[in-house]
Amino acid sequence: MANPASIPVRKYDAIVVGAGGSGLRAALQLSTAGLKVAVLSKVFPTRSHTVAAQGGVGASLGNMGEDNWHWHMYDTIKGSDWLGDQDAIEFMCKKAPEAVRELEHFGMPFDRNENGTIYQRPFGGHSQNFGEKPVQRSCCAADRTGHAMLHTLYQRNVFANTQFFVEWMALDLIRDAHGDVLGVTAMEMETGETMIFQAKATVFATGGAGRIYASSTNAFINTGDGLGMAARAGIPLEDMEFWQFHPTGVAGAGVLITEGVRGEGGILLNGNGERFMERYAPTMKDLASRDVVSRAMATEIKEGRGAGPNKDYILLKLDHLGPEVINKRLPGIREIAMKFANVDPIKEPIPVVPTCHYQMGGIPTNYRGEVVIPKDGNPNSVVPGFYAAGEVGCASIHGANRLGTNSLTDLLVMGKSAGDSVIEFIKQNPEYKDLPADAGQASLARLAKLENQQNGENVHAVGDAMRQTMQAHCGVFRFPDMLTEGVTKIKEVAARAERLEIKDKSKVFNTARIEALELQNLIEVAVSTMVSAENRKETRGAHDRADFHDRPGFVNGRDDENWLKHSLWYKGTDKIEYKPVNLNPLTVESFAPKARTY
Amino acid sequence: MKFNILRYDPDQDQKPYFKEYDIALEPSDRMLLDALIRIKSVDDTLALRRSCREGVCGSDAMNINGKNGLACVTKISDLKEPVVLKPLPGLPIIRDLIVDMTQFFKQYHSIKPFVINHDTPPETERLQSPTDRLELDGLYECILCACCSTACPSFWWNPDKFVGPAGLLAAYRFIADTRDQATNERLDNLEDPYRLFRCHTIMNCVDVCPKGLNPSLAIGKIKEMMVKRGV
Repeated sequence: MANPASIPVRKYDAIVVGAGGSGLRAALQLSTAGLKVAVLSKVFPTRSHTVAAQGGVGASLGNMGEDNWHWHMYDTIKGSDWLGDQDAIEFMCKKAPEAVRELEHFGMPFDRNENGTIYQRPFGGHSQNFGEKPVQRSCCAADRTGHAMLHTLYQRNVFANTQFFVEWMALDLIRDAHGDVLGVTAMEMETGETMIFQAKATVFATGGAGRIYASSTNAFINTGDGLGMAARAGIPLEDMEFWQFHPTGVAGAGVLITEGVRGEGGILLNGNGERFMERYAPTMKDLASRDVVSRAMATEIKEGRGAGPNKDYILLKLDHLGPEVINKRLPGIREIAMKFANVDPIKEPIPVVPTCHYQMGGIPTNYRGEVVIPKDGNPNSVVPGFYAAGEVGCASIHGANRLGTNSLTDLLVMGKSAGDSVIEFIKQNPEYKDLPADAGQASLARLAKLENQQNGENVHAVGDAMRQTMQAHCGVFRFPDMLTEGVTKIKEVAARAERLEIKDKSKVFNTARIEALELQNLIEVAVSTMVSAENRKETRGAHDRADFHDRPGFVNGRDDENWLKHSLWYKGTDKIEYKPVNLNPLTVESFAPKARTY
Repeated sequence: MKFNILRYDPDQDQKPYFKEYDIALEPSDRMLLDALIRIKSVDDTLALRRSCREGVCGSDAMNINGKNGLACVTKISDLKEPVVLKPLPGLPIIRDLIVDMTQFFKQYHSIKPFVINHDTPPETERLQSPTDRLELDGLYECILCACCSTACPSFWWNPDKFVGPAGLLAAYRFIADTRDQATNERLDNLEDPYRLFRCHTIMNCVDVCPKGLNPSLAIGKIKEMMVKRGV
């Protein structure tokens, strides 16, 4: 094994790991402030998964009718099934309009109204006047909002001269004896060279890990690298039991069909041609929150009312919108439906099923994007030098269930907020801290083990086992016996992942090595998810347990007395700690938990 | 299904060579990328880029049976066997199907791909009429996959001097944006025997674009503006 001292070191004021929406937004803040910043990304920035977001970014601009951030805040809290922290939610909803307008100033090609303002469409769970009726809050660029946003943010970073390290994969977090974060080790994919990126501040913007499931809307690169690195470095992961299953993934293919289809007037039909959402959500119907719609769809299928020869999917009908609306507002959807479902939505409905989409949990942070962990009796003690934003972070804005459009709002607001916090931190801590003597050693050991493993496990086979286990044991509906068995099974898979073997030994762009390293991150996410899900004995938001459904005193199976709290999972021991939900907003009155109906 | 894939690992190969694969596909394998992943599950040394698998990130552009395209939106059923796969032409091969895109992005960056507006931004959004916004359709949707530029003979001969269809499409995207105030500088930036005028309207770019965009049309509009400006 190489001497750790031989790993080259580069020093930056700040490094950002990940170049999706939140990473680019944070980087922009840092570059503009004149800091020396490096952005590390596994892919060219515009290939990050933000590019696949479709329907819009939520902000109460009020361009289509009356709206305000307080209503947006209420909707987000209700959507979160009251697990979201109300200070963070207030912060995001209040900052959202400014974040969207800034993006417009950067050049984002939003759709427009006749009066020239940004067009906004209705979206699930977003309402006027605290749940009264749907509101048009989703600012969009046709059904390519994420693409338009990511390219705009990248372009603005080109303008700001941000330094990118493209096709560099971060391997491990570097912490010193005090637990302070001093940077990461990373590998250049083209050459296989490793390097230490030392920094006064490290921002994780590594996105989600939806690839732990077999059926997922997520890109191949969404492998939870930030979560894996944090967990290995002793940082707990928060609320990992909460995964969003998006109601409309193309059946069989998993590719996302935006909720914006229903926002524009599309409806869901079961095999009998019935608009079943009227039964489940009389007010919001097809625009109820995603967990509610996904559960309704899964129930229809389970009870034999699915569509198709095997009655195993639901139909998303939008032909009644007419070719003009479809071609103008949903052109990308039409393209996807024709390519991946062989149907032209102008004429026929699209077969869809609930599909893993988004992780509500992640690395615990506050609304400033600072990573916080329990220490000396303080559940939210700041880890100096460490920040997280976007899907990898858990502020917690989304609680037990995220509203559509709020992922893009989150990454803009939290990316910028993390950037601002870093600027402030560096002002007060201008010196580099000393790297520990063993910095980088863990990464080198991991690489060496992978390099030398013989008679080991095939990366694809172990990955498949993980994805099948998660899909079967920890999906839309969760059952106590399946979860218990799931914990045993996923730990068996994790043990196999300790012995991954790759045949490719080349130094040059070794994608087999990268996939193995990614799987090592994914498996941490999978274990944390299964253990946290087995542990939480209630139904809340996206976490639906068959043994905790409607009981007297527990609306929808939610148990506020015992479970209105965040889970914190620790790698290794699988210990779970808890911390209270922050029910105190920054300036307005608290929204007390109540029954959640749409 | 039979494949012939150009392989090259500079670590061990003197020069690129074709490797044959005969692989049993599953009914769920619909797109070329599905097949490549199946190949990769038995031969992990095959190197390619991929991410979104739905034609929006632009990672998996390659030369498929002689034509550039994205593996993830190319239907297996549309392909003649053996399927011949090569990296995008005209750019240096890093390994197997992975090319060095430095030159491509350098050209993209050279057109200043950001809105230039010197006014103080208003409190709210800048207004833009739906008609003005419509001008950006067919331009902003580019995914930077490089299918077009690497199908363009003019780009092959002068990748360092000719901006290429992707970069020029982006240039026109900013010229066409009513919020941008740098049209003259942008035209100046392209006024050169190579940067714009090496386009000979061969139209390969239009033929291969997986997003159905038309760089040739955008280039024509820039040329038109140059002529008008010269009068």
